[in-house]
Amino acid sequence: MGAHPTLALAGVSKSFGAVRALRDVSIELYAGEAHALAGENGAGKSTLVKTLAGVHRPDQGVILLDGEPVVLTGPADAQQAGVAVIYQEPTLFPDLSVAENIFMGRQPRRSLGRIDRAAMRAQTRELFGRLGVDLDPGRPTRGLSIADQQLVEIAKALSRDARVLIMDEPTAALSGAETARLFSVVEALREHGCAILFISHRLDEIFALCQRVTTLRDGQWIASEPVAGLTHDDLVRRMVGRDLGALYPKQDAAVGDVALKVERLTREGVFTDVSFEVRRGEIVALAGLVGAGRSEVARAIFGIDRWDAGTVTVAGRELPPGSPTAAMGAGLALVPEDRRQQGLVMEMSIERNIGLTGLRSLRRGATISRRAERDRAADWAARLRLKFARLGDGVGVLSGGNQQKVVLAKWLATEPSVLVVDEPTRGIDVGTKAEVHRLLSELAGQGIAVLMISSDLPEVLGMADRVLVMREGRLTAEIPRAEATEESVMHAATRRAA
Amino acid sequence: MTRVLRWDVLVGALLVAVFAAGSLAVPGFATTGNLSFALGDLGEIALIALAMTLLVVAAEVDLSVASVLGLSSALVGALWDAGLAIETIIPLVVLVGAVCGLVNGLLVTRLGLPSLAVTIGTLALYRGLAYVVLGDKAVAQFPPAYTALAVGDVPGTPVPYPVALFALLAVVTGVVLHATGFGRALYAIGAQEQAAFFAGIRVKRIKLLLFVLSGTVAAFAGVVFTLRYGSARADNGLGVELAVIAAVLLGGVDFDGGKGTLGGVIAGVLLIGLLRNLLMLGDVSTEIQSIVTGLLLIVSVLTPRLVSLVRPALKGTP
Ligand SMILES: Nc1ncnc2c1ncn2[C@@H]1O[C@H](COP(=O)(O)OP(=O)(O)OP(=O)(O)O)[C@@H](O)[C@H]1O
Ligand SMILES: [Mg+2]
Repeated sequence: MGAHPTLALAGVSKSFGAVRALRDVSIELYAGEAHALAGENGAGKSTLVKTLAGVHRPDQGVILLDGEPVVLTGPADAQQAGVAVIYQEPTLFPDLSVAENIFMGRQPRRSLGRIDRAAMRAQTRELFGRLGVDLDPGRPTRGLSIADQQLVEIAKALSRDARVLIMDEPTAALSGAETARLFSVVEALREHGCAILFISHRLDEIFALCQRVTTLRDGQWIASEPVAGLTHDDLVRRMVGRDLGALYPKQDAAVGDVALKVERLTREGVFTDVSFEVRRGEIVALAGLVGAGRSEVARAIFGIDRWDAGTVTVAGRELPPGSPTAAMGAGLALVPEDRRQQGLVMEMSIERNIGLTGLRSLRRGATISRRAERDRAADWAARLRLKFARLGDGVGVLSGGNQQKVVLAKWLATEPSVLVVDEPTRGIDVGTKAEVHRLLSELAGQGIAVLMISSDLPEVLGMADRVLVMREGRLTAEIPRAEATEESVMHAATRRAA
Repeated sequence: MTRVLRWDVLVGALLVAVFAAGSLAVPGFATTGNLSFALGDLGEIALIALAMTLLVVAAEVDLSVASVLGLSSALVGALWDAGLAIETIIPLVVLVGAVCGLVNGLLVTRLGLPSLAVTIGTLALYRGLAYVVLGDKAVAQFPPAYTALAVGDVPGTPVPYPVALFALLAVVTGVVLHATGFGRALYAIGAQEQAAFFAGIRVKRIKLLLFVLSGTVAAFAGVVFTLRYGSARADNGLGVELAVIAAVLLGGVDFDGGKGTLGGVIAGVLLIGLLRNLLMLGDVSTEIQSIVTGLLLIVSVLTPRLVSLVRPALKGTP
């Protein structure tokens, strides 16, 4: 290990039109060191990652590889230099298999240049074994959950034997068990001399994995320092620029009538015999490992997928299967897990995305009132502290966390009586997370029933009145708030079937 | 993107330029009589283009429109031959068009087949049915009151009736596409169908409706076509779907869905109409006319792609 950092940025600035995403930022990644990058939504973290990856060219400043200035003309250059990147949003080819995605462009060959599929699958299985992933290497990636897509991206990056591994929120959709396995693999790479850059809004993960942390705020470099000796609050102060209370715990609300009743709901091969109730004023969490069937239950309740047996009742009225429109009519809202495919129309503006769930209520006569549409968007943008330039801008240019806020806004604006949220704070920074928690608590206080799917255990424990745990498509436990602990939830989520 | 650089505005400007050039260079072009004729000649294409715009914005397409037009024409002929009153024939034929559209729509929405493939199939099917109905013969001698409606002008103006109808429907379509919830839903479906479905938009029902609409309009255009030429034939309107799609794409509607304006499409339709008329006045053969249509189609698909490739390169950021 030489004195030079393996990869570094020196005095880098990058603007998108009027938005200055990075201003004179420096960072040094050393071999054998895991370096965290912290900052609020829109602070410039992903922009920094994309600069290191050769996706963005810096307006000013240089990239240094082993101390030598280099110009990366594209992602291929960075790969050539031994930099592997996991981007914040998965970028898989939906029609190619899992294994083909992982080995894209460098498939193992047999004689005459033929692709060695058997070897490819075997290597994929070996990688998955290390990560504890249970996916068929031969299946197409279309239809994989966000968490599984993220795991495939991780396997893809790990398979590259990189000198530098950059991970932009790899754990955002993962639960504790998958995260722990990822960390042990990354730890092993680090010990072999790999330089790591890691981004996460779950600060505990930064303390668990990293030795150094660099903080950005509004595109500006704030600090680079050892993690040892820093407290959670120190880090938050660097990111936010002020002190922040603890994560907002749920306030007690008067629990009312049953708002959502799910009885013996079954979708063959996906989930079986799921029954539970959510009352007005309650927040019920649905916990479990990735792939336990939580999102699938939420999708069925909202009518995205049909169910084979069972009933879903909202405020005493049974819902027809397979109709999101009917579910919305009954007062249901679903904040889905995949914001790019399911939550947002990326080519549309912020205000139109928020308006999309209110095409009826925004009507004045036969046509849509643009003013009402803008007011609705402005109102919710302010309430969720959305960071944006203009409401007419496309949602595509927002940072990941701010896109998530637009999805939340779009559904909260429908004033639902039952709110189903699937990973509501995925990719959201600490400050806003507290904000979202306060909001959910407030909504419950107003008598809304909330069903929350979350892989973030502290969030589950802090927010839920009751925790339902799913494993392998079945409900395995219902734990009241008083008895919910990390151990009791994890136990119910992982205990092997007898 | 700045307003001047918008594709539909560019097409509008091109329209004005072609008109100016035509007026200067081609004698007999800028006369009221010729322009009225050129507009009338465009009637069916323009009508069908309205429904096609809605489909393409929603990332679907209907290639069977010209065959529905032909089938409709053949039916008008056969039923007239059989002695039915024209007042009965028109609603019947339009209904058949709706059914043709329904079949397309059901194949696309129920079986999940791509509309390009489905409507290439029904393009052949409906044209075949047209020949079954009328064979090779032509039926003429329709009541003059009706043929006059198809070729005549709105009293006191040089505007043919079908064009007046188009203008009316264009306003309605424009409002629907750009100002109503239904229009918003079409853009959302075209740009990101899954997100539209998750937002509670009835994606399949809306698509089905669009195909029915397209079939209905195409059949009605078949009636207009038949009366305008005073001749019902199974091969009427052969190849019209290409002119329609060329006009829609030229108007800046993205074939991948989710983009485009009706104003652009109207400019596209008029531009195609002017070019066809100029070529005709210049005694250019129909083969060349077809080549020009084809080139326009390719240019209108290619140019926006080239622009989006070249623009970042000019700005110096990838
Ligand atoms: N391609 C782009 N065009 C315009 N603006 C952009 C683009 N990419 C990023 N931005 C803007 O740059 C700023 C920084 O974005 P970036 O994605 O780097 O944030 P981030 O720190 O990764 O946030 P998050 O935690 O939400 O992922 C934001 O204001 C964002 O809107
Ligand atoms: Mg980011």
